[in-house]
Amino acid sequence: MSTREPAITLYRLQACPFCERVVRTLDDLEIPYRSRFVEPMHSERDAVKRLTGKRTVPAIVDESTGVTMSESAAIVEYLQSTYGGGD
Amino acid sequence: MDLGFDIVELGSADHVETGETAPDFVRPLVGEEYWEDVALSTLLDDGPVALVFHPMAGSFPATYVWQELSGREWGDVQVVGLSIATPYGHKRLIDERGLGDRFRLYSDPANGVAESYGIAHDLDGMAGISEPRPAAFVVDTDRTVQYAWVSEEWPAFPPYDELHEATQSL
Repeated sequence: MSTREPAITLYRLQACPFCERVVRTLDDLEIPYRSRFVEPMHSERDAVKRLTGKRTVPAIVDESTGVTMSESAAIVEYLQSTYGGGD
Repeated sequence: MDLGFDIVELGSADHVETGETAPDFVRPLVGEEYWEDVALSTLLDDGPVALVFHPMAGSFPATYVWQELSGREWGDVQVVGLSIATPYGHKRLIDERGLGDRFRLYSDPANGVAESYGIAHDLDGMAGISEPRPAAFVVDTDRTVQYAWVSEEWPAFPPYDELHEATQSL
């Protein structure tokens, strides 16, 4: 119930394996994040479209770096290179 | 409502009263475009909240309640619903009632929030399903309850004028 918001917001779809892949990376790297769940119906994901230009999830917004991106492979790579600490 | 017969009495509930601190909770808060976990206390950072507990999405009272609530101006008070409907059920209600970005609804399928407010109600004929009694609480930014209405009959609808008045005197 902290009022301090995490820097990373993950837009996700329940049970989407690509989203779970990103969640696993966030958890492995112990990065705090908040989840916003969107509609299964692709055409209704306007919140995501406004952010990334596409309606695909997962998508993340990282306020600490100003980065907004989609595509799970790209997100995982970004998280590892930004927060991975080189191990 | 005069139906010519007695409606079901629920009896009095040992619920959160005016002047008490509203129990804080975190549940998925469903809006027009997405849902996310939000604490009541986080909402209160942005202003007072009118928390309206109603039967689950899909029931006729849920439709009636939102028809009334969405037809009024609430100023800076955030009118927020809560039921045992899933986020998907709330999302459909938001779309069907045209609630847009003016109103959001908490989803609490396990009914724990109603329990903490002392208003849980087992549904007759739906084994294993408990939902909140119809109820409404106006909570100020200190999390103090400024107005409380809890139904003692079933079904029942919030006294909308009284509720609206309570939000105007904060």
